Amino acid sequence: MNGFQQYFFDLSADHPRWNFIFFYDPVQTERVLSGLWMTVQLSVSCVVLSVIIGLVGAWLQGAKSPLVRAIVQGYIQFFRNTPPLIQLLFFYFALGQFTPTYSPDGWLEVPIISNVGWAIISLSFFAAAFNVEIFRAGIEAIPESTQEASEALGMSRLQTFLYVVFPLAFRVSLPALNNNLVNLVKTTTQALAIAVPELLYQMVSIYNDYSTAQYACMVVLFVAYIVLVGLLVFGMNSWERAARIPGYGQ
Amino acid sequence: MTTTNWTPAQPIVSIRDLHKSFGDLEVLKGISLDVMKGEVICVIGPSGSGKSTLIRCINALNPINSGSILVEGQEVHDPALDKLALRKKVGMVFQQYNLFPHKTALQNVMMAPLKVLKRPRDEVEKHARELMNRVNLQGKEDSYPGELSGGQQQRVAIARSLAMNPDVMLFDEVTAALDPETVKEVLLAIKDLAQSGMTCILVTHEMGFAREVADHIYFTDRGVIVEHGPPATFFTEAKDPRTQEFLSQIL
Repeated sequence: MNGFQQYFFDLSADHPRWNFIFFYDPVQTERVLSGLWMTVQLSVSCVVLSVIIGLVGAWLQGAKSPLVRAIVQGYIQFFRNTPPLIQLLFFYFALGQFTPTYSPDGWLEVPIISNVGWAIISLSFFAAAFNVEIFRAGIEAIPESTQEASEALGMSRLQTFLYVVFPLAFRVSLPALNNNLVNLVKTTTQALAIAVPELLYQMVSIYNDYSTAQYACMVVLFVAYIVLVGLLVFGMNSWERAARIPGYGQ
Repeated sequence: MTTTNWTPAQPIVSIRDLHKSFGDLEVLKGISLDVMKGEVICVIGPSGSGKSTLIRCINALNPINSGSILVEGQEVHDPALDKLALRKKVGMVFQQYNLFPHKTALQNVMMAPLKVLKRPRDEVEKHARELMNRVNLQGKEDSYPGELSGGQQQRVAIARSLAMNPDVMLFDEVTAALDPETVKEVLLAIKDLAQSGMTCILVTHEMGFAREVADHIYFTDRGVIVEHGPPATFFTEAKDPRTQEFLSQIL
């Protein structure tokens, strides 16, 4: 044992309620690190996917077809007005029943979408419902006259959206998007319910195995999320600053 | 775009019995006018007389109810019209400049030739720099619209429109939002353009300017053309009492 491990080992001997077991038992360290890695993967996938779905949804909201607009509206209402935990359970247990399976060895039947896959899909669609509304608000903030100027120059509707409306709308949307993505990272903990081995899942498993580690696990959970979300917010704020236009919107 | 047998000897813009309503409100009640290539015409009249609506109809920003607008012999409100082809011929400058705030002045001028005409970047940039010089904005190429004064922004907007090499330029009260001291620099840029042979249709409240540059002046009130004529006679020999009243308030 090195000095760091020895310190926490002694601490747990002197104060049994503060058993930071994962700081001196390599097996538990491995569990925490794999949980943290899963949380990072889950967060990054969901953030990227939810932004993409949000953009597509916002684009479709401007569609000519009332049917397309109604479908987008229905999607938003469904995912925004129901709890994400129920969505996770529904996706995994209900829709999971209907997904095709494959067999690696002729005996097992493995569904092609794992619980991790379902968590990514379900949480991304959940956060994207809010992103659609955030981007829509951004698009509506761009004056009609700016779009007219673009069309008067001969740009098509798509070109006007890509080169004029979207770059401006995205800047308007960033602060609200920032908020929603913070919530999304925190909501990944609910994937615990379908046994996705992310950070909370691993921590709960550890303190179920070693009840003296409960306080220690919770402290580390808080610190881990403060750091994770802090990094995201730092990144988003830097992006917001970098995207600022001299003399515009201040 | 369908081919027409338009020749430069015919009017470049020809409007016949144009009617336009917004809901129950009839804004244009049968407007007819012709503009020849190289001509500068000014449309004047009280607020709400339909001046802006008239020129917005010419490049199909507003649909019309009845009548006809021909630009180089092509019906603007033909449902089969290629609007992009029309807008390559007709440039427009707006009262509120409407620059793209996230692009520098030079990028504003370069955007349409790059994206719409798909011309090579170095050629587009060379042309854009020439246009910035032409509107007397050398040194402001890398400024964002938010860093420029109203007059400077409006000159960038003029250069942006010219970058598409239009045959006709529409100016919609382009000095109405400007400080009095910057109005002049914009008018100078337009005057230079008018004298270079560009066909210009201006909606304006600048009577002195209209008198100086226009070949023909149209006075509109309540959706109709009340009176028109060359500036030499229009301002001094107006016959209609509505024109006389308007001019007496303005001059």
